[in-house]
Amino acid sequence: MKFSYFPGCTLKTKAKELDSAARGAAEVLGVEIEELDEWQCCGAVYPLARDEIATRLSAARALIDAKRKGQDLLTLCSACHHVIKRVNDDMKTDADMRGKVNNYVQPEAPYEGETRVVHYLEMLRDNVGFGEIKKLVTNPLKDRKIGAYYGCMLLRPSSVMSFDNPENPRIIEDFISAIGAEPVIYPYRNECCGGYLALEDRGISKDMSSRVMRSAAKAGADSIITACPLCLYNLNENGTGELPVRYFTELLAEALGVKSEGGLARAC
Amino acid sequence: MFVCWCGSNIAATVDVEAVTEAVRTEPGVVVATNSQYMCSEGWQSSIRNAVAEHKLTGIVVCACSPRMHEPTFRKAAAAAGMNPYMVEIANIREQCSWIHKDKPEATEKAIILARAAVAKLNLDKPLTAGESPVTKRALVIGGGIAGIQTALDIADAGYEVDIVEKSPTIGGKMAMLDKTFPTLDCSACILTPKMVDAAAAEKISLYTYSEVESVKGFVGNFTVEIRKHARSVNSELCTGCGVCMEKCPSKKTKSEFNQGLSNRSAIYIPFAQAIPNVPVIDREACIKFQTGKCGVCEKVCTAKAVDYEQQDEIVTKQYGAIVAATGFNPIKLDNFDEFAYSQSPDVITSLEFERLCNAAGPTKGHVVRPSDHEEPKTIVFVQCVGSRSTVDCGKTYCSKICCMYTAKHAMLLREKYPGTEVYVFYIDVRTPGKSFDEFYRRAVEEYNVHYVKGMVGKVAPEDGHLRVQASDLIADKQIIIDADLVVLAPAIEPDPSARALGTMLTASMDTNDFFTEAHPKLRPVESPTAGIFLSGVCQGPKDIPDTVAQAGAAASKVIGLLSKDKLIGNPCVAECNEPLCNGCSACELVCPYGAITYEEKPVFDHGVRETRRVASVNEALCQGCGACTVTCPSGAMDLKGFTNLQIMAEVDAICR
Amino acid sequence: MPVHVDEKKWAADITLSSGANVKKCMKCGKCSGACPNYAEMDIHPHKFVSMINDCDVSALLASKSIWKCLSCFACVERCPRDVKPANIIEAVRTRVLAPQGQNRLTPEGLPKFIKDLGEDAEKIPQQLLASAFRKYSR
Repeated sequence: MKFSYFPGCTLKTKAKELDSAARGAAEVLGVEIEELDEWQCCGAVYPLARDEIATRLSAARALIDAKRKGQDLLTLCSACHHVIKRVNDDMKTDADMRGKVNNYVQPEAPYEGETRVVHYLEMLRDNVGFGEIKKLVTNPLKDRKIGAYYGCMLLRPSSVMSFDNPENPRIIEDFISAIGAEPVIYPYRNECCGGYLALEDRGISKDMSSRVMRSAAKAGADSIITACPLCLYNLNENGTGELPVRYFTELLAEALGVKSEGGLARAC
Repeated sequence: MFVCWCGSNIAATVDVEAVTEAVRTEPGVVVATNSQYMCSEGWQSSIRNAVAEHKLTGIVVCACSPRMHEPTFRKAAAAAGMNPYMVEIANIREQCSWIHKDKPEATEKAIILARAAVAKLNLDKPLTAGESPVTKRALVIGGGIAGIQTALDIADAGYEVDIVEKSPTIGGKMAMLDKTFPTLDCSACILTPKMVDAAAAEKISLYTYSEVESVKGFVGNFTVEIRKHARSVNSELCTGCGVCMEKCPSKKTKSEFNQGLSNRSAIYIPFAQAIPNVPVIDREACIKFQTGKCGVCEKVCTAKAVDYEQQDEIVTKQYGAIVAATGFNPIKLDNFDEFAYSQSPDVITSLEFERLCNAAGPTKGHVVRPSDHEEPKTIVFVQCVGSRSTVDCGKTYCSKICCMYTAKHAMLLREKYPGTEVYVFYIDVRTPGKSFDEFYRRAVEEYNVHYVKGMVGKVAPEDGHLRVQASDLIADKQIIIDADLVVLAPAIEPDPSARALGTMLTASMDTNDFFTEAHPKLRPVESPTAGIFLSGVCQGPKDIPDTVAQAGAAASKVIGLLSKDKLIGNPCVAECNEPLCNGCSACELVCPYGAITYEEKPVFDHGVRETRRVASVNEALCQGCGACTVTCPSGAMDLKGFTNLQIMAEVDAICR
Repeated sequence: MPVHVDEKKWAADITLSSGANVKKCMKCGKCSGACPNYAEMDIHPHKFVSMINDCDVSALLASKSIWKCLSCFACVERCPRDVKPANIIEAVRTRVLAPQGQNRLTPEGLPKFIKDLGEDAEKIPQQLLASAFRKYSR
């Protein structure tokens, strides 16, 4: 199993543990990860306006690179996944957009959305299989009650993201079960953390992140996991502080017994 | 040649005078005239006179669609002694004047259509319709209120009728309801007498726990195989004492009748007034069937009615008419988890609510939260869950019944539990129907139900409550309610069995799997397939009064059919030119009515007499669709009244 | 804020850019019911749809809601008619930012926010800065 990999900016700086744990775990799982050469920032938000072309180009370049290698494109950060997956959908379904992007990028052959964009969680579910992961776990995270926090980017809009049931997802819960812990379902796991408003309007992020964290705590979770650096930041900095928040890959690495620098040393 | 103005419908866009003049010189045309309304009685008689006076052998009428007045002109021709199939209609209204703006263009097209009709008429041959006998027995598929009413009405007219119902009892959805709007009569009180009547009626036979396996034949002469599923209880011997159910040790199966709100035993009768009052064994749940060890019901049955060896039985019967009354189900709510239906037992559907209200229901009529059996203080109703939706998980149509039953539920709650706060979130309140709007207004004005315009955006089960988040569109403010119970009004959809049945009956369906009526306004209870009739929600969403009315209408159509001794067929059917047939079976495969079979026949071809495998058309089954004629590679298949030669002659006339 | 706006043209531009079909809206208000940031908005998601339909654009351009929408797509996901209110709000926002110098966030303005955060500022992920810039500037 070999994937092209798009880590994204945050994973190279503030969210190194999300990335390094993912790489460490992938080795144990027999998944080969090949980071794209010279990838550029995905833009962090998907350009909703149909007349924005330039902001789609870096995602398009990553997709074209993966196509060149004949590999599926693996993503990890929720925002990168969202942007790249939706741009890919534009390339598949919007002829006008496709023409313009190809005009800019000038690939050898016109790109028509051939690359499959796979989030790390989808890879775990569909390529490795949660059953297989269960077998490979050496350090099951027993007695841990973990609330999955999905946020927005992975799930919505489901017509494009096709990630899971957008209102009652289970992929992270299944993941939690696979690593030996107990998933805790709570109603705000797919509601927004406050996102980018954290910068200008911190009060809003505080309200929303606190609601999410309180909701998880009331449902009996002792920690929260997420795939998104911005969600993690908001929950940690703007939440109620009652629950620790970790990246899902950190727990995966822990369960698989992967030793790695930085992140894993942190107490949960 | 008779050219109609249709008032200004045709004459405003088509120069009818020019059309009349243009066709006057066409080969074979003897008379050409025009008038304001050809369909008027005066002109019908003028046509009859013209036939007699000029000894006409055929006529062309340039007028509206043949769907409208072809029968009128055929009757006029027949009255004048002409073969009615020597009438051709050139449709210069729907296919010409109504869709064109430019008069010269439309006139040119009308002339071309008229010429094509003349060319076809010149090749017309007199046709005679065949006759077929009528089996004087009807089949009703579905034993809900629609099927029961249809069967009662047919039986009342003196005809035999069978009801096939797939569940163990008749009664359908109506049996589950508590009260009925807008009069609030008890649903069971008005339904069960009809169930008893149906069971007692000499002319009605009930096949419960049974399904239609196959349908062959045609109007007046259907042959139907009915699969009687093994009840594992002998209906002849069973006294309905109920001891078996009491003693059955397997009691953990969700009750279908109570919408999963209570459990039932493996051997069960769905509800107290079920008809027949004979239990069935649910073999999936039965310990005897699953492990071989049990047999308690057999031991306790003093009537010796329990029969583990019973097998499915296939019954074959003949019918003259078939009525589809397959009903509906609320849609599954898996894709509406923003309302937390699968996350909280206290989010329920309206049909579950009916069971909670019902004195015979799982809580004996006490409305309590399924989670903790506490009485809810704040109840939220959400309307249009999946109705009027153009996204994948929804239905594009209005389900029609929800506004009224929600008003009913809200009112019943406030009546029975005056201390409750009841909210109804709606998009539009739709109450067309006698005393319907008054009923809804009573909920608002007398019962103080809070109606809020705005769809609920999220239901979050938290702290033992359901946090309902919505926006009041009229006040333009957000509403957050900590509710104790949320009741969703799911869209309704046709029962899943309808799709397969539609295929068996060759009855057309719309994209939502509702059966299509022959004409949406003028033939609402007939399928376009002859001999198939529609009753109840299988044709489209409707409430009980509408269903009963339609059930009666379907019955009267069936009675009209069964009262005939013979049926006149459609002579425009396929025929096989046997010397040309190469025996390839292409036509047999493409025929949607199973009208074509192959036979070994002596054929005299170019001086050689030999036995060949050739196609043979059952004229009673053939509906004249023409699929075989265009499929046939050798040109052997032809459609009477629409022969290949005639079609080519029309094309030639158009291209001239 | 622009003073003279050809409302019809702007409404058409915004509709085109959003890729949304406001005519499909049946005014059920589920978008506003779903919106997690409803309380902060002066004009609510459902009204963006109806006001674009009515070519009532000036008020939308001046609305603070365009800076409050999180692009969380709850409205898009739950809309029973596939109208995409978030896309419309975004299209209005980009129309406000389009003229030169309309940026809400500039690199020069950034230190203020960072200062407010004190020493926690170093935890800010790149994703936050990039997305805030993308939402607030051209």
